[in-house]
Amino acid sequence: MTEPSKSGAAVGEPTGDAPGSNAFLEVRDLKVHFPTDDGLVKSVDGLSFQLERGKTLGIVGESGSGKSVTSLGIMGLHTAGQYGRRKAQISGEIWLDGTELLSADPDHVRKLRGRQMAMIFQDPLSALHPYYTIGKQIVEAYRIHHDVDKKTARRRAVEMLDRVGIPQPDKRVDSYPHEFSGGMRQRAMIAMSLVNNPELLIADEPTTALDVTVQAQILDLIRDLQKEFGSAVIVITHDLGVVAELADDLLVMYGGRCVERGPAEKVFYEPRHPYTWGLLGSMPRLDRDQQERLIPVKGSPPSLINLPSGCAFNPRCPYADVPKDDVTRTVRPELTEIGSKHWAACHMSQEQRERIWTEEIAPKL
Amino acid sequence: MLAYLFRRLFAAAVMLVVIILVVFGIFFLVPKWAGVDIASSFVGKQADPAAVEAVRQKLGLSDPVFVQAWEFFKGIFAGRTYSGGGDVTQCSAPCFGYSFRSEQAVWPVLTERFPVTLALALGAAVLWLIFGLAAGVLSALKRGTLWDRAAMVVALAGVSLPIYFTGLLSLAIFSHSLGWINAEFVPLDESFSGWFGGMILPWITLAFLYAAMYARITRATMMEILGEDYIRTARAKGLKEQVVIRKHAMRSTLTPLLTMLGMDLGALMGGAVLTETTFSLPGLGQKVLDAIKNQDLPFILGVVLITSLAVLIANLVVDVLYAVIDPRVRLA
Repeated sequence: MTEPSKSGAAVGEPTGDAPGSNAFLEVRDLKVHFPTDDGLVKSVDGLSFQLERGKTLGIVGESGSGKSVTSLGIMGLHTAGQYGRRKAQISGEIWLDGTELLSADPDHVRKLRGRQMAMIFQDPLSALHPYYTIGKQIVEAYRIHHDVDKKTARRRAVEMLDRVGIPQPDKRVDSYPHEFSGGMRQRAMIAMSLVNNPELLIADEPTTALDVTVQAQILDLIRDLQKEFGSAVIVITHDLGVVAELADDLLVMYGGRCVERGPAEKVFYEPRHPYTWGLLGSMPRLDRDQQERLIPVKGSPPSLINLPSGCAFNPRCPYADVPKDDVTRTVRPELTEIGSKHWAACHMSQEQRERIWTEEIAPKL
Repeated sequence: MLAYLFRRLFAAAVMLVVIILVVFGIFFLVPKWAGVDIASSFVGKQADPAAVEAVRQKLGLSDPVFVQAWEFFKGIFAGRTYSGGGDVTQCSAPCFGYSFRSEQAVWPVLTERFPVTLALALGAAVLWLIFGLAAGVLSALKRGTLWDRAAMVVALAGVSLPIYFTGLLSLAIFSHSLGWINAEFVPLDESFSGWFGGMILPWITLAFLYAAMYARITRATMMEILGEDYIRTARAKGLKEQVVIRKHAMRSTLTPLLTMLGMDLGALMGGAVLTETTFSLPGLGQKVLDAIKNQDLPFILGVVLITSLAVLIANLVVDVLYAVIDPRVRLA
């Protein structure tokens, strides 16, 4: 994965000396820090990735790894509606179709929200306003960006509800969120985010609050709609199973940083980071013998105020002592390219990792 | 929605009956058990035993309890006739009896004084809603800033300072020292400007207390609502922050305030005792204070019933408005 060099973007805001980006979405060295009484919480600390139209990126990691903070950062939702003195500190670059969002005028970013980039949230019940009908909320989303009358917008809302598979959309458009089932609500949420044909869709744990039978339907729906609209999609999840069939690329986050990223099949079938192994080992699979136990990743997520020195994963890594000279505890591993478009941040040598994967990890999966 | 309304109305009616019975219990049975004779307190100390007996006959105090309860209940809705001891007194509905002190009928006095209390409460409510909500919302949006702290200190003062302090202070400053306002109560039908002038300080004093409470609640609720997922969704749609606040956050913030408003207004209908006394307003509160001092049971009883009824009606209105605002309530 080479860094794009020249600005392909004549459109958009001027960004000073920083070179532009050729990719549809490119995040460079994104840092999102929150000042708190206990110290600076480094929720995202130097994250970079690219995404093209029509492709899906899966961002995977446990709670507190910085997945959602990243997505809210792209949407500009850390700075919008931020009250009081303590503000999130955001640095780095986010290029969306030639526009750098972090340095752009907040009102310009607001106009992109909902139109060029849209978001689906984890819990559709709490993400929809309880006092307004589904139809009103979709109509509102449409009319922010389209100068049409209510009737036209309402027709559009019905059309979208129909498209996401809600039966009798012309009747259900007047229902309130609490009158919908969980899966229907998420469908309505999807209809609302897609009503303006956004080019970038961010789905933050879109199926976590839903029961298993509905999960698959929602994922299918997202995939179909992506094909239809050709948008770029970011799916954020802690569940590798969710992104397994959906994502083209995978990005594994730990402690606010990327520990492994690459094409989905590479990260799935030839993972090269012990944390990714841990995630794979703790994922239940139907094709596995039920007698075998899941292998959890020991320990708990790191404090984002005081990340462990060296490799942030070292206190929980079973192979922390494989590299010599205590290097895992003193030096932070850089993300290095270990294969075609496949990157990992680990001190172990390529040979060591391949050996451990083939001999110790893969047979147990 | 209609079924909801009927359910609420029915519940309110049942509640009213219960309240009347409880009030009857407190005021007629408790003195009996405590050894206080209502008849002799009606006649006065050192009364002629024959006169006490006559009153006891007339008020039916020697009848069985349930007969007394029924007479009391009937009096409120249909009026009652006191007879015995030779003369007959017709007390038309709603009959709350006669004062122990002046033989005045209770109800006409209450209806005469009620408008003053109503005007005081409603006028103050308008003021405290405007200022309380504005201060609360601004504080929530500017949390942690100098404005927020200043507003919350003022609000704390408003909540903590007693009305007889702020009231007297305002009288001393605006009426006596500066002479801007003639703080004497003038009935509305005599002169509007006089009435308005006499009401303005009571309004402000009463509103200050409530505005302070409403500002604090509004601030806390608003801050909580702004953290809700659906507010984030509204921003993710690309709405202007101003619209997010006005259309999405405010509407949710109003619901708990509506409940408070209903209860507060209802409670104030029984008289804003401190405000009315401080400003010598001839409202219910002042009357109830006199009645307590004189142990004039029928008046206390009348005011308690009016207050209960007002709280009941206010709650009914709040319930209905709640269902209008929050669609989820209609199912409950």
